[in-house]
Amino acid sequence: MGARVVVLGSGIAGHTAASFLRKWLGKEHEVIVVSPKTDYNWIPSNIWVGVGLLRPDQVLFPLPPVYKRAGIDYRQAKAVAIHPEGTGDDHQACVAIEYTSPEKLGQQERVAYDYLINATGPKLNFDATPGLGPDKNTVSVCTADHAAHASQLLDEKVERMRKGERQKFLVGMGHGTCTCQGAAFEYIVNLEFELRHRGVREMADITYLSNEYELGDFGMGGLHLRQGGYVTPSKIFTESLFAERGIDWVTRSHVSKIEPGRVFFETLAGEEKELPFDMAMLLPPFRGAALSAFDRNGADITARLFAPSGFMKVDADYTAKPYEEWRAADWPRTYQTAFTNIFAAGIAFAPPHPVSVPRQSPKGTNITPAPPRTGMPSAIIGKAVARSIVDMIHGAKEPTQTASMAEMGAACVASAGANPFTGTAASITVFPIVPDFEKYPEYGRDLNHTFGEIGLAGHWIKILLHHLFLHKARMRPLWSLIPE
Amino acid sequence: MTSPKSTRPMGRDEHWLTVTKPTATTRFFRTFLPWQFIRFIVINVKMVRIIAMGHHPKRS
Repeated sequence: MGARVVVLGSGIAGHTAASFLRKWLGKEHEVIVVSPKTDYNWIPSNIWVGVGLLRPDQVLFPLPPVYKRAGIDYRQAKAVAIHPEGTGDDHQACVAIEYTSPEKLGQQERVAYDYLINATGPKLNFDATPGLGPDKNTVSVCTADHAAHASQLLDEKVERMRKGERQKFLVGMGHGTCTCQGAAFEYIVNLEFELRHRGVREMADITYLSNEYELGDFGMGGLHLRQGGYVTPSKIFTESLFAERGIDWVTRSHVSKIEPGRVFFETLAGEEKELPFDMAMLLPPFRGAALSAFDRNGADITARLFAPSGFMKVDADYTAKPYEEWRAADWPRTYQTAFTNIFAAGIAFAPPHPVSVPRQSPKGTNITPAPPRTGMPSAIIGKAVARSIVDMIHGAKEPTQTASMAEMGAACVASAGANPFTGTAASITVFPIVPDFEKYPEYGRDLNHTFGEIGLAGHWIKILLHHLFLHKARMRPLWSLIPE
Repeated sequence: MTSPKSTRPMGRDEHWLTVTKPTATTRFFRTFLPWQFIRFIVINVKMVRIIAMGHHPKRS
């Protein structure tokens, strides 16, 4: 009898896991994807939607036809609760889902599983900061719709500048614990490039507002690169890029409130400050999806499976300890939870602690970037978890694959202007993502594999990756040969 | 497209004066096609190496 694997979520981690499960498992086994969204979004290209260079349909495609062709059972629904021990006398593990499709809206169902992958990604926690979000006073590029909204607002601002009205743009982090500084970095340099392209740059004041202690932290505690005969911190690299483009910056900040045209923030030094803006693209902090868990008797075991942040606890060392005692080995390797048939992949797993040095303001406000949660590790984790599950179905006693963020590198291409001849991008490789000071005592990373460079070649790579990864996600011919 | 001019008067912010900025030569090479074709290949090789180190069978 075949096994049934249920994947919650169809983002980069979930979709990668489901695709490889289907490829590696025989037809006697079932792969079910539960996701409230019918579209796949290649999120790294949302930046270009946000400055009007791409339409939303160029970064989105519908998943149901892809899943139908691949033989993956797709349910347009959101997961509500996990029952790892089954319910009552029925010992079959299951997950309670609620349909979001128009024809079944609100209907609930229990889907039995042999293996479960939680790849529900982040909840965009705009509520963490009063006034933050596309429904309130700021824009975002977290989804294609958000990015399209940002692009419309940008068009309005450009028209005002053409009429001689000076405009203030603010880009960055909407809370002291945000991550995804890379996305804000890409948006601000693309915004600046686009304003130049539209001939209104001289009418714009552009400011980056971040929770990073120094520019270039990126939630990774910064990185060091060999350049020009020196080992240079990413702070120098990033500041140079901003200064070259006339972008001002404010770091060490926690945004506490946003009113129309004005952002209020607290600094690490304890000062209360504010900045005016005409357009603000501020990213939200992340939370885990709102999922509960119950034992066979109906008792709530959510705290056993999930951290207070809503992210799922996996095989990491979650012992609370001071920064000096943090180790690379604290980070999860197999993403298996306390229940051996439940895994978390991508952003859904709970990191053991931040990577950046934790800091608090005199008022006790936490102003520390959360760990980076980017696409490449999400896809690698999704694939590793899928392989482990396939091997366990075939008899392995435990997960066979590891994908620790302290043992893997990342390649990142941050667009800094989209034009095939005059555009540039920062190409960065880092190894490992989470620094390992036991293995690399001086900088925490292998400088032979940690590298950064700005140039047109990076922009070409970014375009290549856009098309390659959309091809892969559509599961078109030879998709599985394209690496994560 | 010309390179951007600073919209900030020098000296307004202290950090404005203390950063490293690229020379004209560095900026030129960033979009100089023959050099960028070479860099395209070099960067791709570096990224493939990183990808190859991505994930692996479990080590006990």
